[in-house]
Amino acid sequence: MSLSTQDVEKVARLARLAMTGEEIETARTQLNGIFNLIAEMQAVDTDGVAPMSHSQNLTQRLRLDTVTEANQREAFQAIAPQVEAGLYLVPKVIE
Amino acid sequence: MFESSLKQLGDALRAKKISSVELTQSYLERMAQLNPQLNAYITLNPELSLAQAKAADTRLAVGTAEALTGIPIAQKDIFCAKGWLTTCGSKMLHNFVSPYDAHIIAQFNTAGAVNLGKTNMDEFAMGSSNETSHYGPVKNPWDTTRVPGGSSGGTASAVAARLCAAATGTDTGGSIRQPAALCGISGLKPTYGVCSRYGMIAFASSLDQAGPMGRSAEDLALMMNVMAGFDERDSTSLQRNKEDYARNLEQPLSGLRIGLPKEFFAAGMGSDVAKAVEAAIAEYRKLGATIVEISLPNSKLSVPVYYVLAPAEASSNLSRFDGVRYGYRAPEYGDLTEMYEQSRAQGFGAEVKRRIMIGTYVLSHGYYDAYYIQAQKIRRLIAQDFVEAFKQCDVIMGPTSPSTAFKLGEKGDDPVQMYLSDIYTIAVNLAGLPGMSIPCGFGDNNMPVGLQIIGNYFDEARMLNVAHQYQLATDWHSRAPQGI
Repeated sequence: MSLSTQDVEKVARLARLAMTGEEIETARTQLNGIFNLIAEMQAVDTDGVAPMSHSQNLTQRLRLDTVTEANQREAFQAIAPQVEAGLYLVPKVIE
Repeated sequence: MFESSLKQLGDALRAKKISSVELTQSYLERMAQLNPQLNAYITLNPELSLAQAKAADTRLAVGTAEALTGIPIAQKDIFCAKGWLTTCGSKMLHNFVSPYDAHIIAQFNTAGAVNLGKTNMDEFAMGSSNETSHYGPVKNPWDTTRVPGGSSGGTASAVAARLCAAATGTDTGGSIRQPAALCGISGLKPTYGVCSRYGMIAFASSLDQAGPMGRSAEDLALMMNVMAGFDERDSTSLQRNKEDYARNLEQPLSGLRIGLPKEFFAAGMGSDVAKAVEAAIAEYRKLGATIVEISLPNSKLSVPVYYVLAPAEASSNLSRFDGVRYGYRAPEYGDLTEMYEQSRAQGFGAEVKRRIMIGTYVLSHGYYDAYYIQAQKIRRLIAQDFVEAFKQCDVIMGPTSPSTAFKLGEKGDDPVQMYLSDIYTIAVNLAGLPGMSIPCGFGDNNMPVGLQIIGNYFDEARMLNVAHQYQLATDWHSRAPQGI
């Protein structure tokens, strides 16, 4: 498998990473090297094997639907790039 | 004093031979002198450190001190600590002063330990040499032209150079064990789920695990007593009874069965590393252990499997860095999408972007089953190999890293070469097992070699016993780099 320039551009767009044409080409070479390493995996017969995400086969723990966190709005907004009147500011998204 | 164990420091503090403020001050002076050449710390905050030391002295005076009360401990900069700059080695978080404490930080605070500073690391813990840090590479105190390993390279360098009494690390694919090996110190990655991930900036959530790094197994046991424990704020945290990790340290090793995976002793390991590891195995025979050859047939697949799973989880975890609520925002942008794209392009370094792109690709439509699910299936095969192996042995041993510390810049251009330096450590994370590295001698250029000890699930106390008995019989762990 080999990624094309268009493939890499698409991935960069999905990942929300602005990249120049030169960066796309460097990434393409490096990603292809990494996918060659990963390719070894494809030949393994895994029929009937269950995917594993946690070694102890835990099920997700549930908790009561109650508020446990204290309101720290001011502390959290103090570290934001741009806030006004308690709101996070971003470029206009609705005309 | 800089050579004292945590137990000795605790005894000296409780006996009032030294105060925590004096001890902390001594470390801060040593750091001011040596850190500029090592770059082991990203952030120092003497005011906060000394305030904690003062509070510890009050506890020591009134007799409510615990084992680590008053002892200066360094924290990897991946742990959110209230009031501390917490960068995770990234420009993305260059201005992030955490509004809250990670569970691990809170545990150390409750124990009365002093936070001595935040240690340097590979950006978002992605790297094996500490060269991906936005705050510059860390130097190995044994040879400052060489890397300390990564991603917990700042911690490893600080511990080896005696710039803290002990410190924390995190290990997703070897990030505690590999730098411990390369810097000649001891490090333990516990069973997945033993230490809470709350407030530990996420890289690959199904693999990330915090653990202690220090100068001896005995020190690691005391650190584990503080770090381990259930936390309901981490959904993968395990509910288990509290245990004393130092309880088995003094047990003799006669009858211990050590499994040596033939795959770990095949081609790929440096001859200097092989020599030191074989000498360590011989020492274990003298201590009464028996050797069993075992096989981990699927372990060769662990690097490819890891480079699907870890980037996939990273691409999801790192989507939170969008320049809206905290962290870096690009100075110039047009619309919202451009603000995201520019902030992330400027805020993340090359390795992080590479992994986000791999992850985005393998999770994208049409590839999920072929990559992510296939990798999770092979992950089970790798874990089952260990289950079979532990029917024949109590612990598994081998090298931690195929080579000793390499030169700064040596593996800079080829990510794949860098990835292969974690070839012996990754399978342990995939299986969720505990693993550790202890110093076992020196290789070429007089650089330290690490012995990896892999235990069965929840067998940390036995592994620490196995390491401690070796450290009673040898002195590799107490060697200090010259000129530092």
